[in-house]
Amino acid sequence: MAQRHVVLPLAELPAGESRIVTVRGREIALFNLAGEVFALINRCPHEGAPLGLGLRVGLSESEKPGCYTHSRPGELVRCPWHGWEFDIRTGQSWCEPAKLKAKSFTASIEPGATVVKGPYVAESLPVSIEAHYVVVEL
Amino acid sequence: MTVDVDPRTALSAASKVRLVDCDIHPIIRHKGDLKPYLSREWQGYHHTYGDFLVSPFATAHPYPKPTPALSRLDTWPPSGGPPGSDLAFMRDQHLDPHDIEFGVLQVLWPTAARHRNLGYGAALCRAINDWQKAEWLGREKRLRGSVMVTQEDPEAAVAEIARCARQGGFAQVMVVPRNIEPMGRRRYWPIFAAAEAHDITLGCHVGGLNGYAVTGGAGHCSFYAEEKDSNGFAMEAMLTSMIFEGVFEAFPKLRLVAIEAGLGWVPALGWRLDELWQRFRDELPAVRRPPSETLRERLWYTTQPADEPEDPKHLRDVFDWIGWDHICFASDYPHWDSDDPRYALPIAMSRAEHRAIFRDNALGVYRLS
Repeated sequence: MAQRHVVLPLAELPAGESRIVTVRGREIALFNLAGEVFALINRCPHEGAPLGLGLRVGLSESEKPGCYTHSRPGELVRCPWHGWEFDIRTGQSWCEPAKLKAKSFTASIEPGATVVKGPYVAESLPVSIEAHYVVVEL
Repeated sequence: MTVDVDPRTALSAASKVRLVDCDIHPIIRHKGDLKPYLSREWQGYHHTYGDFLVSPFATAHPYPKPTPALSRLDTWPPSGGPPGSDLAFMRDQHLDPHDIEFGVLQVLWPTAARHRNLGYGAALCRAINDWQKAEWLGREKRLRGSVMVTQEDPEAAVAEIARCARQGGFAQVMVVPRNIEPMGRRRYWPIFAAAEAHDITLGCHVGGLNGYAVTGGAGHCSFYAEEKDSNGFAMEAMLTSMIFEGVFEAFPKLRLVAIEAGLGWVPALGWRLDELWQRFRDELPAVRRPPSETLRERLWYTTQPADEPEDPKHLRDVFDWIGWDHICFASDYPHWDSDDPRYALPIAMSRAEHRAIFRDNALGVYRLS
């Protein structure tokens, strides 16, 4: 059964940044998107590269040559090897949406007071009531 | 032919086979690293005049690159320096986790083979070869070097091949597909003769910039994606030249490994060259065998960048055409398009096929032991 794991103080995952943590022996890539947090397996479904080290990019599209639009800045992660792009909200591949998906996990931000009450698995992480924490269900 | 093998079984069997990686890129941390291997005179020459290449731009690549140092973002060593410059990190990230038995170094930079000043080019080749020997081969028994040669000065190249062959530790003489003239031209034959005489494999790694458009005459391209795609057909053009000029008849023991050009194009090249050879045999009297036989028997091909057809069976068809004994795994570590040996070829393979591609073929063609 999935447990809720307190994995990181929110202060260590500022907006726009990514971190890699290990939960129950699995590497998880965490992303902070303008204050919302998301979690994907840290393993590209193509050849296994660490997605948490990928560049955060937006969506570049073109209806015709010479005409470009850029949207959703920072909402995709580009694999650090072959450049496959995944939606950090869902793990969906932008290049091959029907075939490839990076497994995603439910992530949330919880205040220290809630975390202290439980039930959470904080393992070696000291929890302070004043701070906020990233929680991943796994 | 199809083989009914569960890919998962193949992978677990694979884990017991040690691996030979035909394409690992080492690099100097900075140009000063080569100083100890250059004479004072050539150090002074470089200090005063710098690089003078046949391609435009002495200090920048004429085509854009998609990632810093063309590399995977996770390959920058914590010690500083560019990806591929730190042996300890390469061991931790690549050689040890993949249980690599032998790795063949392919040195792409600094560009020594195509200097306008042939004397400096030859000195730089010697320096890079001595640097490989001291900094890599001498410190890591699993690695083998590439003899860098000045392709435009075959006499110097022949002397350097002999010098390196005497020293040992080198798996191949390294050449590139794009030279001043197509590779089959006789000006390059002394290099083939020396490789054959020393029983050292010729390794052709994609690349080389000779000032011409990489598109093969279609004009200068706009995008990195175009330049990357040109690697395959530059290799095709080079092989066509070597085959039609009669190189493989003139040097019957020469072995050639085509590196980083992929291999999906090989059967189509064979069909086309066979047809041309049949029609124009009077123009090509030196060619005594169907080109497809040469492509199958005298050439070895590395897997990377792995072709990814919609139906993986088609990759098996290509392998069947080439022959499973002439395909060798290559990672291209640390470059951005490198392949992970565990996932790069998602096709069903028997244990024997897996072992051939990931180890035995490379041991044979490179005479590794």
